[in-house]
Amino acid sequence: MMGSENPGFEEAHLFTSREEMENLVLDDLLTTHHPNNNNSYSSFRSANSSISESTHHPLSPPVLSTSADSDPLLSPPVYRNPNASDNNSYIEPHSYADVIISPFDENSASEINCIDSTSQDPDSSFALSKSSSSSSNYIKIMVSNPKKEQETTNSLVPGGKTYYTYLITTRTNIPDFGSSEFSVRRRFRDVVTLSDRLAEAYHGYFIPPRPDKNVVESQVEGRLPLSMSTDVASRMLDRVMVAPHEAVQPAKGGKDLLRLFKELRQSVANDWGGSKPPVVEEDKVFMENKESIHDLEQQISNASQQAETLVKAQQDMGETMGELGLTFIKLTKFENEEAMYNSQRVRAADMKCVATAAVKASRFYRELNAQTVKHLDTLHEYLGLMLAVHGAFTDRSSALLTVQTLLSELSTLHSRAEKLEAASSKIFGGDKSRIHKIKELKETIRITEDAKNVTIREYEWIKENNKCELERLDKERRVDFLNMLKGFVVNQVILDSCFLVLVDDLIVQEI
Amino acid sequence: MEHQRSVSGLSQSPRSPSSQPYLSVSVTDPVKLGNGVQAYISYRVITKTNFPDYQGPEKIVIRRYSDFIWLRDRLFDKYKGIFIPPLPEKSAVEKFRFSAEFIEMRRQALDVFVNRIASHNLLQQSEDLRTFLQADEETMERLRSYETGIFKKKPADLMQIFKDVQSKVSDVVLGKEKPVEESNPEYEKLKHYVFELENHLAEAQKHAYRLVKRHRELGQSLSDFGKATKLLGACEGQALGKAFSDLGAKSEALSVKLQKEAHQLLMSFEEPLKDYVRAVQSIKATIGERANAFRQQCELAETMKLKEINLDKLMLTRSDRVGEAEHEYKELKAASEEATRRFETIVRLMNEEIVRFQEQKTQDMGIAFHEFAKGQARLANNVADAWRSLLPKLEACSSA
Repeated sequence: MMGSENPGFEEAHLFTSREEMENLVLDDLLTTHHPNNNNSYSSFRSANSSISESTHHPLSPPVLSTSADSDPLLSPPVYRNPNASDNNSYIEPHSYADVIISPFDENSASEINCIDSTSQDPDSSFALSKSSSSSSNYIKIMVSNPKKEQETTNSLVPGGKTYYTYLITTRTNIPDFGSSEFSVRRRFRDVVTLSDRLAEAYHGYFIPPRPDKNVVESQVEGRLPLSMSTDVASRMLDRVMVAPHEAVQPAKGGKDLLRLFKELRQSVANDWGGSKPPVVEEDKVFMENKESIHDLEQQISNASQQAETLVKAQQDMGETMGELGLTFIKLTKFENEEAMYNSQRVRAADMKCVATAAVKASRFYRELNAQTVKHLDTLHEYLGLMLAVHGAFTDRSSALLTVQTLLSELSTLHSRAEKLEAASSKIFGGDKSRIHKIKELKETIRITEDAKNVTIREYEWIKENNKCELERLDKERRVDFLNMLKGFVVNQVILDSCFLVLVDDLIVQEI
Repeated sequence: MEHQRSVSGLSQSPRSPSSQPYLSVSVTDPVKLGNGVQAYISYRVITKTNFPDYQGPEKIVIRRYSDFIWLRDRLFDKYKGIFIPPLPEKSAVEKFRFSAEFIEMRRQALDVFVNRIASHNLLQQSEDLRTFLQADEETMERLRSYETGIFKKKPADLMQIFKDVQSKVSDVVLGKEKPVEESNPEYEKLKHYVFELENHLAEAQKHAYRLVKRHRELGQSLSDFGKATKLLGACEGQALGKAFSDLGAKSEALSVKLQKEAHQLLMSFEEPLKDYVRAVQSIKATIGERANAFRQQCELAETMKLKEINLDKLMLTRSDRVGEAEHEYKELKAASEEATRRFETIVRLMNEEIVRFQEQKTQDMGIAFHEFAKGQARLANNVADAWRSLLPKLEACSSA
């Protein structure tokens, strides 16, 4: 349908039925993009019909092409999120009011991590997506319900391997998803695939890092895959820049050994301060940005470390306070049992007050800490994002390297052509072999020119991505960090006030 | 008998100084003297009293830790049955370091020690106490060095002679290897209580000390976190950077408060608990003395009976050794009666001491608990205020 307009465009699906939509919703997410600057993620169909210039399917770079049938991300089929059975996987974040009113409640230990975990403040109205740039749209993704499954491949080894799948529940108001709520089961391998594909397709973007396999397996609740897919999803909402199709990738694999050597020479030449890359005005700004990102990363890392130490200290305080309380309770019991004098009973009563207060206090500390961890975790997350920034910057330098390689190659070819022509023109009547060579050379030049143009377009595209992403990172980071600070401070105030009430009570009792 | 109770430190003289007897002592001004291994701390001991036996209303002397030990040992020997107030530990390790905190803890404990003696109706009459509080430094040094020697060489002690001789005799004669013990169920209950109490208190003190450490650790981490936050703020710049900086500053300020509170917790909560443990250990020592006295009483009574039988035998046979035996028997009887008297004194004193001990401890712990609560309230107030003061600034940031 749309394919005829653009050779590189993979067959898009039109959904005629809900079931089809549901079946391919993830594919939908990954296959569509919006070339134009739209705030809302408008209908898929209209987007396709308005495509005029070259659009590029982000997921079909020349190297990688999978048919829909074998695409692991398209199976298993999606099912709607039934309200009944899976709702217990979604537990409301523990609110402060609960803490104040009934401090002895066991915290909901099975609380599933929500992406708005930082927004504990009931008063504020945070968008459900942690930092979506569009105010009216939201997308909320949750990872829950790990389930052990059996590997179904034809394996000679009996008893097969097991793996875990996670229920990924999405809630959104974006119409293109076709429904407001749906779920699908994915395994870690699928997350890896998603991550790899995004890295291939979205050069210059800050693709958030995916968790390590070991991390995921040890924490079955799988917090990290969540934040990754959420961030990815929220980026999908933003404007996605046009990618030149048939982007020339930097030399990979055995196919382009020659190119590889050329690029190696080029980068060596660069390193030794030989040829300068084509100067772009933005370069200086970019270098400054790179510098400040590096600084920022260091400071975030440092703050993140100290945050961990703080959390540990709070935890220890709570534990020791609790142990002290328990010891006094035992002592109270002992004095009461063995009491021979009234003074002992009086002392025991005093002790009991203190003991009870200490045990309560330790619970407060525990709650304080649980919340502190959630808030200060923002630091850890941004540390992870810094890796993504490095990746994006690497994309840029790779692309630049390719451009430089091609440029230098072109200039070599041109000078060779000139030499040949000069030599050939001296011979009267022409030089058959030389003319033939010149013709071949000109053909090579033409191809290289084309490649150069594509590469430059790609490079410009990446640069633009970098710039937008940096702006986005700055904006989102400021919001997230501010929220983190507020959350942290509010948390401290509330719990210290509770603690104060407790201790004042104790003083009154003692008098 | 009226007795003055001064709780701790300097208690000022009551309204009518001449009528009410008082004796109050303060241990102050620790000064490090000497070098290296020989280094020690000297304290200024100020006595204010209207007791007739004392040289004057006020006296100041310089004493060191071993002088206090001398006093404690003397009292322990002379006033068996009384729970002698405990001294802070010797602590060979810290002696070389002599941290300010260690010195302060020791000073406080020594002050409490002397005042407890001064406010005990029997102990305050002690001649050794008078010596301790008034003698010049040279005399004190002499006494301290020859302490063991002088004591052991005292010839007038009847008990000493018999103690050495008779216990050997009775062991052989009576064939007893196992020490004799009282079979008093109430006393058994008390002993069991004391031993159990020590275990409980030691655990409580351990946790209290850990709590002090936790306060210090939290303080340190707040300081480090504050620094890191300030650096991050400098990096971020603009309103957010300012928010970070403010938070960092507050965090550092709170760190200071936490260190202060840690010290308070140590001095007013952990140390009283440690003191409680030591007091219980002192009771255990008295229990040991009572056991010794009981054993002595039993042995002498047994020996005396044997001597009596022997004497009767000799009298029947009209031996010429009757006179000698009679003399020996009379001596033994006197010694036996003395031993019984001593034992009974110890029992009587202990019964009084236990009541006083329980009351004292309820009072001491009451104060300690109150200080604990006050300290925690103070801290919580500081913390809540500090963080709360940040909120308007943070709100301003987000609306900007």
